[in-house]
Amino acid sequence: MTKVLHLEAINRSFGDRRVLRDVTFDVTAGRMTGFVGANGAGKTTSMRIILGVLAPDSGEVTWQGSKLTREDRRRFGYMPEERGLYPKMTVRDQLVYLGRLHGMTLDGVRRKVDELLEWLSLGERANDPVENLSLGNQQRAQIAAALVHDPDVLVLDEPFSGLDPMAVDTVVSVLREHTHRGVPVLFSSHQLDVVERLCDDLVIIADGGIRAAGSRDSLREAYTQRRFSLLVAGDAGWVRDLPGVSLVDLDGARAVFDLADDADDQVVLRAALERGPVRSFGPVTPSLAEIFREVTR
Amino acid sequence: MNTSSAIRLVAARELKVKIKDKTFLISTVFFLLFGLGSAVLPAIFGGGASSVAVADAATATTLRNAGLEVTQVGDEAAAEQAVRDGDVDAAVVTGGGDPKVLAMEDAPGDVVSALSVEPAVQLLDPDAVDPLLAYLVPFGFAVVFFFTSLTFGLQISQSVVEEKQTRIVEILVASVPTRALLAGKVIAGGVLALTQVALIAAVTVISLQLTDSGGLLSLVGPAIGWFVPFFVVGFVMLAALWAAAGALVNRLEDLQGVSMPLQLLVMLPFFLVVFLNDNKPVMTLLSYIPFSAPTAMPVRLFSGDAAAWEPLVALGIMVVAALALIAVGARVYEGSLLRTNGKISFGAAFRDKESRRLAEINK
Repeated sequence: MTKVLHLEAINRSFGDRRVLRDVTFDVTAGRMTGFVGANGAGKTTSMRIILGVLAPDSGEVTWQGSKLTREDRRRFGYMPEERGLYPKMTVRDQLVYLGRLHGMTLDGVRRKVDELLEWLSLGERANDPVENLSLGNQQRAQIAAALVHDPDVLVLDEPFSGLDPMAVDTVVSVLREHTHRGVPVLFSSHQLDVVERLCDDLVIIADGGIRAAGSRDSLREAYTQRRFSLLVAGDAGWVRDLPGVSLVDLDGARAVFDLADDADDQVVLRAALERGPVRSFGPVTPSLAEIFREVTR
Repeated sequence: MNTSSAIRLVAARELKVKIKDKTFLISTVFFLLFGLGSAVLPAIFGGGASSVAVADAATATTLRNAGLEVTQVGDEAAAEQAVRDGDVDAAVVTGGGDPKVLAMEDAPGDVVSALSVEPAVQLLDPDAVDPLLAYLVPFGFAVVFFFTSLTFGLQISQSVVEEKQTRIVEILVASVPTRALLAGKVIAGGVLALTQVALIAAVTVISLQLTDSGGLLSLVGPAIGWFVPFFVVGFVMLAALWAAAGALVNRLEDLQGVSMPLQLLVMLPFFLVVFLNDNKPVMTLLSYIPFSAPTAMPVRLFSGDAAAWEPLVALGIMVVAALALIAVGARVYEGSLLRTNGKISFGAAFRDKESRRLAEINK
């Protein structure tokens, strides 16, 4: 069985409010799966259900084909949405403690903690109480807490919020190292640009329902309309008169337009060349933000 | 990893954190001084035998036989001078006639009675215990139980709130069973409280031994010996409820309100025992009620009012109550630990079904 974390038809309500409806998606081994959605869409609830700190009303979570047990979950790494470690404990002490709770030996966990702190550039702060750390460093310590026991699966709720771009890069390289070893990584974020850059797979949730799920590239393809961008030397206004063209945006020499299914993009290109030099011409791929807006509309 | 090693890890962390905590160190030192003081002070207040200066050899023998500290001096002028110099408490001069006692301010009762012929006295209802001690000992037990129980109980609550407030509880619950967290905390709190109480008991017994005046140790000793098991059961009985109180809130600021009923449960017996310890029917009742028994039963043992079987019965009742309250506390703790939106009522946490479903999926 492949190493897949699978959510099958998860439902959950809080009182009368239905927060998850038939949530189904996969987190595949060795891939970074971005989990995006507006605030309150159900990301955190889904993640808490995966980790067993919240029970679903129905549906189940499986890992490598069988129902999750506590022993499986002990091998998961988790970073909760609202952060916190023991404020008065030193970084090293609490990482060692968490590693031990996950079943590591004292020697093993000490070695691992040193390695992680080095990796996350926290070595110098190892013996400081967490409350004395800057917010960015607290965040790194939090990530270290999710990684300390060499987890089989990583579930990170907003791991990049509060990190400066340098720290984002550090964390990304650490996470990549885990996916290279075949660990499935699920991370949520509302920073769509970060998700776009990092994720291999994408899950989009809105109002408690999964709106789209799949590889980033296939989603792009699926949501790519026949949209083109044309840059010519002169004014591009003439494009709107061609058959099958509906103009989206016109800015002097640049035109963005959609093509009807039966229209040929090469006809437009030829028409442009007849009028003068063409600086650029090509299909427009939608950004994640655009896809997101599209599917959650 | 099994549950017992998880409990050990949790308890070890709690102990490590608390031992470095100033509140723990200060309260321990305070109580040790308290134990030392309660043993040493009665000896000081009670005073020793008077020292007395005498010239006449026959009188000296009489006084010595009465257990006084006698200094024999050359003549009666020297005896009087010794009193004036403060070398002795009193002097006995005969001046050739009847003996006369010289002292500076107070008539030394033991010297006077050594020289007088007293009629025989038979007390029909003798006070077994010095009245000062009769007051101090119940107060001592009440204070130690009250403060220790409250301090370590509140610490359990605070440690639970801290984990909820920082949300580290989610990471913890994702890796170890909730019951292991609870058990670890209760055990650590119990070990610390017991250590403190055992230290106080040891210091009190040792200092009583060193300053022993009139067999005080033989009176207080058994009461102290019983106090320790009563204390342990009494503390553990409430410990899970303290943890539950912590789990009901999300912020340290809210803890005071929610733990008030528990604080009263510890405070009320304290005042009852301190103020009503000479009321035998009330004390008998209190010594069987699980919340006041840890203080009331040792006090009754000390004043000789309790039969040998009584502490065993009271302890048995407490153990039953403890099992019931631990079950309630654990259920409320589990029902509220992962609720992080706002305060939860005790009843709602008790009835919570989520925790049972969670236990189901976390097999």
